[in-house]
Amino acid sequence: MSVTQIRPVEASTERAAPERSVTRAALAIGVATGAYGVSFGVLSVAAGLSVAQTSVMSLLVFTGASQFAAVGVIASGGAALAALAPALVLAGRNAIYGFALVPILRGSRLARAAQAQLIIDESTAMARSQDDPAAAHRAFLATGLSIFVFWNLGTLTGALLGTGLGDPRALGLDAMFPAAFVALLSPQLRKPGAPTAAVAGALIALVLIPVAPVGVPILVAVAGVVPGVLASRRVAAATDVG
Amino acid sequence: MTWTALIALAACAYAFKAAGPVLARQGELRPAVEQVLALLAIPILAAVVVVQTLDGGERLTIDARVAAIAVAALLAWRRAPFLVVVLAAAATAALLRAI
Repeated sequence: MSVTQIRPVEASTERAAPERSVTRAALAIGVATGAYGVSFGVLSVAAGLSVAQTSVMSLLVFTGASQFAAVGVIASGGAALAALAPALVLAGRNAIYGFALVPILRGSRLARAAQAQLIIDESTAMARSQDDPAAAHRAFLATGLSIFVFWNLGTLTGALLGTGLGDPRALGLDAMFPAAFVALLSPQLRKPGAPTAAVAGALIALVLIPVAPVGVPILVAVAGVVPGVLASRRVAAATDVG
Repeated sequence: MTWTALIALAACAYAFKAAGPVLARQGELRPAVEQVLALLAIPILAAVVVVQTLDGGERLTIDARVAAIAVAALLAWRRAPFLVVVLAAAATAALLRAI
């Protein structure tokens, strides 16, 4: 759900200010994600899911890109099983975030298990932009909870609005899925190595679509991270020398 | 989408999230893992864009979605807000199909 670009919270000259600015950033990210949730709700209902299914998905799955991917496959006439493959690949990155957050998450095993539901792009990025573990944990919780509330309110609003909207194709709703992913992708392309990774992933998908079963092109496209990492190392090496 | 598929997706998505916090010991990540982590979502997102724009059921198809995505990419590059990008894409596809 990286709809907003997350900037590290600016270091303030005042001592009390960082905590407040984290809360403010968390709220802003939540509201922006709410708008994104509205479009998810509309599209999900247009794809044929009920309002209840749409809302349950946002509550329980709670990872935006996966949800868009699942609903996108259903919208294009795919079976439920085919819809799971790309959704699971996208959800898989939360596993890596989970391991990245191990030094930050606090509390008993049960408390950590409960907090795990809040692990998504934004909460991870906000946590990792803090200097010390206590601040990182606060940023994680504030961002995760804010997004959870607004994402689910947005989803329900969109699902109710989208009911009885008409033919999804005539309204161009099927084009909204890839457009949503373009909007998610574009702010991330500024990272070193990111353009290479994006081109590699796109090429892999392009080559495999005609020959591989549904879901497989996206699964294999993960390999695009390899040329991306190599390219980012070349950038790092060049800056070291230059 | 069936309820069974939906619950299965939710269960898997949660298992991914909880694996680290519930099972792992405390410790720092290796730099190589950090590098992969930073770029992981990017090839997946790019592949999803390609599939959802060009996939016509195991073959490549070119239709109104391609023009819609060109518009979306231009707006995203100009840093337009999320809703503007998505709505402009829908409007482009709808317009092309209406004429």
